[in-house]
Amino acid sequence: MSQVKAVVGRGIPLVGNDIDTDRIIPARFLRCVTFDGLGAQVFADDRSQSQGQHPFDQPQYQGAELLVVNRNFGCGSSREHAPQAIAKWGIKALVGESFAEIFFGNCVAMGIPCVTAAPADVHMLQTWLADNPQFPITLDLEALQVRFGNQAITVSIGEGSRNMFLSGTWDACGQLVAQAALIQETAARLPYIAWSKTA
Amino acid sequence: MSKGTLFDKVWDLHTVGTLPSGQTQLFIGLHLIHEVTSPQAFAMLRERGLKVMFPERTVATVDHIVPTTNQARPFVDSLAEEMMQALEQNCKDNGIRFYNIGSGNQGIVHVIAPEQGLTQPGMTIACGDSHTSTHGAFGAIAFGIGTSQVRDVLASQTLALSKLKVRKVEVNGTLPTGVYAKDVILHIIRKLGVTGGVGFAYEYAGTTFEQMSMEERMTVCNMAIEGGARCGYINPDAVTFEYLKGRDFAPKGAEWDQAVAWWQSIRSDADAEYDDVVVFDAAEIPPTVTWGITPGQGIAVDQQVPTPEELPEKERSIAEEAYRYMDLQPGKPIKGTKVDVCFIGSCTNGRISDLREAAKIAQGRQVAAGIKAFVVPGSERVKQEAEAEGLHEIFKAAGFEWREPGCSMCLAMNPDKLEGRQISASSSNRNFKGRQGSASGRTLLMSPAMVAAAAIAGEVTDVRELL
Ligand code: SF4
Repeated sequence: MSQVKAVVGRGIPLVGNDIDTDRIIPARFLRCVTFDGLGAQVFADDRSQSQGQHPFDQPQYQGAELLVVNRNFGCGSSREHAPQAIAKWGIKALVGESFAEIFFGNCVAMGIPCVTAAPADVHMLQTWLADNPQFPITLDLEALQVRFGNQAITVSIGEGSRNMFLSGTWDACGQLVAQAALIQETAARLPYIAWSKTA
Repeated sequence: MSKGTLFDKVWDLHTVGTLPSGQTQLFIGLHLIHEVTSPQAFAMLRERGLKVMFPERTVATVDHIVPTTNQARPFVDSLAEEMMQALEQNCKDNGIRFYNIGSGNQGIVHVIAPEQGLTQPGMTIACGDSHTSTHGAFGAIAFGIGTSQVRDVLASQTLALSKLKVRKVEVNGTLPTGVYAKDVILHIIRKLGVTGGVGFAYEYAGTTFEQMSMEERMTVCNMAIEGGARCGYINPDAVTFEYLKGRDFAPKGAEWDQAVAWWQSIRSDADAEYDDVVVFDAAEIPPTVTWGITPGQGIAVDQQVPTPEELPEKERSIAEEAYRYMDLQPGKPIKGTKVDVCFIGSCTNGRISDLREAAKIAQGRQVAAGIKAFVVPGSERVKQEAEAEGLHEIFKAAGFEWREPGCSMCLAMNPDKLEGRQISASSSNRNFKGRQGSASGRTLLMSPAMVAAAAIAGEVTDVRELL
């Protein structure tokens, strides 16, 4: 599994609080059995309503890899289709004022860091990106900084999640399965296991 | 740090160990799956050559995509049919119990697990659906997960998680007439905000919740997530045990007594410590309606849409967005707002008691001209029970459509959708932009009785005037 210590790429600002998962990927696009193809549908309704003016459609942001958002991004449903759609569009990391918990957890499980920064710093970064869409920026998870131009802002992320990225253990599945004996032991001490089998 | 709460006890009991990241590996007692968030998880499992570790601890149903009128297979929507077949195949291949349409047990996942007694106190429960918090009504720790985590639970029956803080949300007193569980939770979200619960599990405590039925408690816990809390719970008590007794998967005989003793023991201790406590007075909770595009944008039905000046600074930009999107004027009363569609259903309010309350309002009255009103029972059992009581006749006589069970227009993945700028009075849980199937469609959240009242009047109405 791959370590994620830094993400370097061009940034795309998406301004607005409480952008929910229904806006990131409207429900009609969840009628699928794979995540392929979601990239083209990300923010479908917002984009069609803003007629080419949505950042995800603006030419200067095509190919961007770091998404910069505001407060409570990704609130709403647990659909992993939302971060998957963002990732399939090309995003590799998010910087924001705050993230909804399930969205954040989904991103971790996909190897996509979401870091938070002070509102004023996020605004400054968004403004800078609007003026300098052509320059790459750096999210440095070791130094906990986002560097752009000759500036830097401090970012944060939960220590556990940060460790998972730095050590390349963000995909928990293998580690979980490896504990089979301990899992059986835990199950054995739960009183309800005996009476609530379903199959 | 919380201590001695039900959350702490259940968490500790289910802890398998600590992962290198510092997160806890937590055992999941009950895993619920449905057609939308599971096919990719099974695909990931296959890619890695992994098997389902505890197939007997996963239960499947189909709810999001099912049509509520013509349920004949293959579904008219070929994408829906493909999802349905994927679920059928995955359950068959992995030995997972599946409640299919027509089994008598199908329905919205958060409605069927409690009604069959699958949901029990002291369990950890996960489902690839954010409203899994519903099951907390039984004193379970239940939360929504994403698809990669569905894969993790299938493969290991565990999840990698960081422990949450615990906030006690206390409401005391008797609810005024015309005020329902839905109003209580909309009120809490309005007061604590849509991000207020981030990082917390909510323990709903106090005499108001103690007096509630299990179905009312489920309505409250269902919307914990709309307040930002990943899970919400209520300590199990006599009401919980009474509800569970005799249900399909509830323990029987000597095991029942053992179970009750254990369920008692996992209640939060009287001297439990919480990370935070907030207290509300039931007498101050009004029939509540949302006017905006987040579930926190709620007001009393007899209030005006707030003006920007009345709102705290940080809520103003989203309010401006909401005025534009909803086309509602700040300072104007919400009462009298014309509606086009009235939807009664969903995992928040699609249970038998919800239908009974709505039927009381509908009885002997008529849906206003030009309004599309429909009732979607939460499950096949709810439908059957409602029909046995004659509720469907009351609804039909009043001009409501009576449908087959499913999620329906809660999120409109099936053919039930708003069209264009239509505005709905809805008993569901989310009023996000575009939530109900039209990119410009609008949603007003309220209790099922208030939805029925809106259908009769053709506009937002104070249900207290019809009681
Ligand atoms: S009824 Fe609505 S909220 Fe509940 S599970 Fe279905 S889509 Fe989700």
